[in-house]
Amino acid sequence: MLEIKNLHVKLEEEDKQILKGVDLTVETGKVHAIMGPNGSGKSTLSYVLSGKDGYDVTDGEAVLDGEDVLEMEPEERAAAGLFLAFQYPVEIPGVGNMTFLRTAVNAQRKARGEEEMSAADFLKFVREKAKSLKIDADMLKRPVNVGFSGGEKKRNEILQMAMLEPKMCILDETDSGLDVDAMKLVAEGVNALRSEGRSFLVITHYQRLLDHIKPDVVHIMADGRIVKTGGPELALEVETNGYADILAEVA
Amino acid sequence: MALPQAKQTITQERLAGLSLPQGGKWASAARTDALARVQAAGLPSARDEYWKFTNPISLTSAEPDLAAVFDPQETPIFGDLDRLKIVFVDGVFDAEASDDLSLDGVEITRLSEAAQADIHWAKDLYGALESNGQVPVQRPLAALNTAFATDGVLIRATGKVSKPISLIYLHNSESSDAILHHCVKVEKGADVTVIESGPAAARFNKVMEVDIADGAAFHHVRAQGRDHERRAVTHTFARLGEESTFKSFTLTANGVMTRNECVIELTGDNAIAHVAGAAVGDGDFHHDDTVFITHDALNCESRQVFKKVLRNGATGVFQGKILVKEGAQKTDGYQISQSLLLDGDSQFLAKPELEIYADDVACSHGSTSGAIDEEALFYLQSRGVSKDDAQDLLVLAFLAEALEEIEDETIADDLLGRLQNWLARRRG
Repeated sequence: MLEIKNLHVKLEEEDKQILKGVDLTVETGKVHAIMGPNGSGKSTLSYVLSGKDGYDVTDGEAVLDGEDVLEMEPEERAAAGLFLAFQYPVEIPGVGNMTFLRTAVNAQRKARGEEEMSAADFLKFVREKAKSLKIDADMLKRPVNVGFSGGEKKRNEILQMAMLEPKMCILDETDSGLDVDAMKLVAEGVNALRSEGRSFLVITHYQRLLDHIKPDVVHIMADGRIVKTGGPELALEVETNGYADILAEVA
Repeated sequence: MALPQAKQTITQERLAGLSLPQGGKWASAARTDALARVQAAGLPSARDEYWKFTNPISLTSAEPDLAAVFDPQETPIFGDLDRLKIVFVDGVFDAEASDDLSLDGVEITRLSEAAQADIHWAKDLYGALESNGQVPVQRPLAALNTAFATDGVLIRATGKVSKPISLIYLHNSESSDAILHHCVKVEKGADVTVIESGPAAARFNKVMEVDIADGAAFHHVRAQGRDHERRAVTHTFARLGEESTFKSFTLTANGVMTRNECVIELTGDNAIAHVAGAAVGDGDFHHDDTVFITHDALNCESRQVFKKVLRNGATGVFQGKILVKEGAQKTDGYQISQSLLLDGDSQFLAKPELEIYADDVACSHGSTSGAIDEEALFYLQSRGVSKDDAQDLLVLAFLAEALEEIEDETIADDLLGRLQNWLARRRG
């Protein structure tokens, strides 16, 4: 599904190398987790994959189902099936959540040469998806993420994911700022989307999210590289011993 | 005090090409008085404080600059609305194209006809609010209008008028120099909506005087656009009685020179005045909203909401003042003017002012200029929305607070739909 090879990235504005040769392959239908200490480059990886400005790819590639995503505009990556659940979802005053969702769904359909969804079909679709995430009509009416609590913002991310039906989902610290109940709700939303054709890359600091979203593979990232890869037990090791042991081991 | 030589010259040259229309007693008197006001004040120049941000030269020159006739290539604005149409072509009433001027609850007369009569209800209104509005700031172009307007309509609403009165301005000559003057009298408890649309002329000077009696309501929606070459100066003068309402919204797209002045006086207790505008401009676009609201009664509310989206070196101007007179307690005044600058070449010049002589009032004002929110743009793109569409969505979101001032949903939908098309069209 997603193949990242030797990815080197530096900040555009300053001469600072963030990713120093990331190699990572996420197979179709699998859930991969990336853990790592602060500043290891986890979020940068998610931004670079989704096409945010401000980064220079100096070497390497990222291929999604045979297509080099790094060459595409962010909206083309979305249409190709890539989705990033933001660590800090953006507030957009003046744009209703419903309008936003409908614009996004239809833009992607259009880009893929599919017919736009009718207003009635869309309404039915959004209500059904929103219900399972406990998103009420009021949250759909309000401007995008404006005045939403931390939990509401993250649920809104998952709602977008459910509606856009991407094949490659990247979750950037989706657990940050969530209490236990909210995290459970979000994890349930993610689990409901797990399927044979859909892959996940879950970026997190903590093992607790992975109690709810069980990964197939866990990677440890440090200083801009994947330094260790293993099964779910690797996450437990981090939880027990912290990163220091692993980093010492690979150093 | 003698006028500076330069001002005298501009004024004389402009007046030389005009002659006072002949009419009945009341009209002649009003015109002669107005001419005296023009001569005393002189026409504005770039050196006047009130014209610091907008050079009036193309509005005061003896001859108008040429403006190509504009074909909007779209269905007429407000076309689907049930309305009474009154059409002016290059500032001249077109009876053929207009509807029959009779409608329940309202009396409509052409200015040129009413002016022939020795007595008409408009005699106490024509030029009266304009004259009142010359203090404390002079508005000589409005006085010039009162003196020389040959056409316009006089509207007297006596009840709830069943449909909007639609003033449609058409532009057929590239050198037309139109001066239109309308008066609207909304009698006690009456309710009327006046809508205006269309490219009016190469140069357009329009005044509307609106006298709103106790408990009456006046709604005004205007669409100016997209004829880029026109030069327009418009003045709306309104006087509000007790518990009356004035609501005005203007959408402007394009235009190398537009100055819209709105002068409102709240003279009766518990009156409400809202004036709002949304403007989108590109390149040599220059748009100026100048508003002066005077609170002279108890417990009145006024609200100014102006939003401008500027790009490729466009200029937006806002001069807004709230004057709260002594004794106008419990005044609630709000003013916001904002611009969205889509590039570093565009500019927004704002002069918000509050002058308050009462001690128990709530007045707030704010003015901001900002760029498009890059984070929001990326967020939308990451969801599959193209950069252009994402930008349009953010532009419309920015304008939303002003557009929400339109109360009539059909009109609001029409204007919003057009705005969306216009934005899409600009990127070709």
